[in-house]
Amino acid sequence: MKLEVRLSRLGSTLWRMLAPTRVDVPLLLALGLLAALSLAVVWSASGQDTDMLMRQAMRFGLGFTLLAIAMRIPPGAWRRWTPWFYSACMLLLVAVAALGEGKGAQRWLDLGFVRFQPSELMKLGLPMMLAWHFHDRVLPPSLPAFLVALAWIAAPAALIAIQPDLGTSILVSASGLFVVFLAGLRWSWIVALGVTGLASSPLVWHFMHDYQKQRVLNFLDPEADPLKSGWQTIQSKIAVGSGGLEGKGWSQGTQSQLEFLPERHTDFVLAVYSEEFGWIGVAVLMLLYAFVVGRTLWIAANARDTFGRLVAGSFALTFFIYVLVNSAMVTGMMPVKGVPLPLISYGGTSAVSLLLAFGIVMAIHAHRR
Amino acid sequence: MKPRARQPNYRIRLYVVAMFLVLATTGLVGKAVAVQILGKEFYQREGDARHLRDIKITALRGMIVDRNGEPLAVSTPVDSLWAHPGELLAEGSERLPELAGALDISLEVLTQRLAQRADKEFVFLKRHMNPADADEVLALEIPGVHKQREFRRYYPAGEALAHIIGYTDIDDRGQEGLELAFEDWLAGKPGVKRVVQDRRGQRIADVELIRAAEPGKTLELSVDRRIQYLAYRELKAAMLEHRASSGTVVVIDVPTGEILAMVNQPSYNPNARARERGEAVRNRAATDVFEPGSVIKTFTVAAALESGAVTPQTVIDTTPGQIQVSGGYTIKDIHSYGRLDIGGILTKSSNVGAIKLAQQISDEQLYDMYRRFGFGAATGSGFPGESHGVLPDYRRWRPVEKLSISYGYGLSVTALQLANAYAALGNGGRLRQPTFVKGGANPDDAIIDPALAGTLLGMLENIVGPGGTAGRASVPYYRVGGKTGTSRRAGGGGYQQSRYISAFGGLAPTSAPRLACVVVIHEPQAGAYFGGLVAAPVFGRVMGGALRLLDVPPDSPLVVRAAMTAEEEIAAAAESVGEPVLP
Repeated sequence: MKLEVRLSRLGSTLWRMLAPTRVDVPLLLALGLLAALSLAVVWSASGQDTDMLMRQAMRFGLGFTLLAIAMRIPPGAWRRWTPWFYSACMLLLVAVAALGEGKGAQRWLDLGFVRFQPSELMKLGLPMMLAWHFHDRVLPPSLPAFLVALAWIAAPAALIAIQPDLGTSILVSASGLFVVFLAGLRWSWIVALGVTGLASSPLVWHFMHDYQKQRVLNFLDPEADPLKSGWQTIQSKIAVGSGGLEGKGWSQGTQSQLEFLPERHTDFVLAVYSEEFGWIGVAVLMLLYAFVVGRTLWIAANARDTFGRLVAGSFALTFFIYVLVNSAMVTGMMPVKGVPLPLISYGGTSAVSLLLAFGIVMAIHAHRR
Repeated sequence: MKPRARQPNYRIRLYVVAMFLVLATTGLVGKAVAVQILGKEFYQREGDARHLRDIKITALRGMIVDRNGEPLAVSTPVDSLWAHPGELLAEGSERLPELAGALDISLEVLTQRLAQRADKEFVFLKRHMNPADADEVLALEIPGVHKQREFRRYYPAGEALAHIIGYTDIDDRGQEGLELAFEDWLAGKPGVKRVVQDRRGQRIADVELIRAAEPGKTLELSVDRRIQYLAYRELKAAMLEHRASSGTVVVIDVPTGEILAMVNQPSYNPNARARERGEAVRNRAATDVFEPGSVIKTFTVAAALESGAVTPQTVIDTTPGQIQVSGGYTIKDIHSYGRLDIGGILTKSSNVGAIKLAQQISDEQLYDMYRRFGFGAATGSGFPGESHGVLPDYRRWRPVEKLSISYGYGLSVTALQLANAYAALGNGGRLRQPTFVKGGANPDDAIIDPALAGTLLGMLENIVGPGGTAGRASVPYYRVGGKTGTSRRAGGGGYQQSRYISAFGGLAPTSAPRLACVVVIHEPQAGAYFGGLVAAPVFGRVMGGALRLLDVPPDSPLVVRAAMTAEEEIAAAAESVGEPVLP
């Protein structure tokens, strides 16, 4: 394509960004509510740490700014930029493998001014890439198209798996598979895929690191070694259960305030929330999540084109899978792994990239049929 | 854009997804119901078990005071530092050298102690520290280091009262002496409070006081610290003068049976740590037995007089100063005293006389008299480990045994038994159990006729007078009575030639006896060994001082003893050591 054509497209995109936009107010309100809850829980879980509260608030500030910008970029522009975005994410993942940092696993990339997890960005990049891939193809996809899609998934999944971060690798793969599913993959192929996955699980076990195996074993019997690895799960279940119907009150949770609960403000923030706000709080939060996911699916259903439909749909499912996995982990139904509770857990990359994703969803909404 | 035709397919998938979403959300909320509503009690209990702790509140141990309220054992608060090994090793490992320095212990000892208990939640770092020193270590803010309030026992009277009072262990429990005997009275009841603590064991807040600590009660002893010190000083001086191996002084208040003083040598410092106490820790007065020798003859005479076989006026011929007894033994006096009345036998401490008295009474009569005065049974003072002494049953005596026992061999007694027996003599023939508690007088039992007791008292008084073996037991302005004893000390391998026990048991003032006192000195090595020379002077000085301290009215004009040369003193005090006739 000629440069002037590209430039004129960019110019028209920028011009259209200035146009009045149809915002989905309910979705925006729900996201704002989640962010507010996040600040409340982080304040409590951090032991009333003002610094942490401010950092989290700044992340939300950045996230909502990105959301506001992203929603003004037309889906068509997003689609054209997708290969570049995916490539950038891949580059970052390679960089992590080369010079990343983190405890026990290389997940973080330090750019000097900002530290982040490229794997979180890939949760956006991969579904968008697959949506781009299926956008102007006949659906349901043909076998070659399907195999190419699997290749797009396998590359980042492998890079993340060697960090090693098997959990995120699976979730990133899932975000891609959702697109494949929504693109109309034949049910017989889905079954074949599932069987292959199950059959390969002993192989996966073989290649797992010891600590990952340990997680799985802990999940199967957390009381076996309560002082070491099962500790988190037990403390977390106690926190959730002792919250009861109404909870112990904000900043009144004994499990969290007395530091029995590990990873209080990050992966196990839901335990703190459950302990302090009880079952009622949990129900409210789950309804809020369900609303956000449902609303995003509705936006997907009403999207103008395949790209928008697939992107919004897979974002919604990925988001929900995160909620599901995190909740299952906190209540001891799944092996512990580093999955944050979307928009609630303390941490930058996840919150910012999720809000960016919802910006794209908003853009799809603004340009619906 | 052709996918429009495929829209229904996409819709179906969306509904599938929506169904999955609704199911999963329902599942999550249902799981929350199970855990938070159905499992609430279980999880709350589990949570409480993690952060609520019932902590013991140490009770202040009761004071021990003497009969005048002087403190003899006092608890003072101290701090003990402890650590949560896991936390200290995890979060403070690089500060261990600093901690070892602050605790003044070597780094190896510290790391070893922590490593041994790495999987526990508690290890003492250093106990019983001055609170200011403990705070200094805490001020370093090393993670996992905490303090705990404890109490440490101090004994202001030190060595002088060590044997009576005993001591406590590092956990403030009585281990010896009255600290042990009155443990329940002194210990009090520890309280319990419920606290909230975090994962590191740091106490965040007190929730409730479940039971307040009940401090131990004060124990008021019958002991008079002044008399105790006096007895201690005099005993120690005598020990040095005679280069003796050990010694004991017991002073009993005759009318009540209260023990006013009980000292032993060697002694120990109860405030020092329990490393090198060893032998010195025994309260010999109550736990160690010895063969009393002549000091027991008083009770042989009592038996003879009570039997009616003799009267005080009966004259016994002790010529030629020795006597053959069955088994081929010959028992000797120092020299032949010729004809002695009953009192004279005591005054001269004649073994021949004692044997001749014993020959006139039955085995049972002698045994019974000894038993009535408390020999062969614990006195009932309640002192831990008190000995019964040894008085064999008369039905198993061999013929010679009665004779041997009549002058103090073949039985063994404690100094406390002896003192209590003499106290009974002074108490009009009424024996009572001695006590260590002020006002704890036990009921008394008439064991002999008061008239007989009076007669014996008069005889004892003569022993201290001119011509008796115990002139040096006399006390100015007071009438004093008492009996000397000098015996061979039995050791490993039998009786030893030059190892003696010098004893004296007596009373004052004899007109209305107030104090009974027994002095026993083992193995004097500086030449003198007769009871009249070694034990009697200690008795005289202790009794004199004690009578004045207690404001006991004098009952005698000042009697000045005729000045005697050293040889004359020895000649006066000389008494037969006696030959033990039993192997």
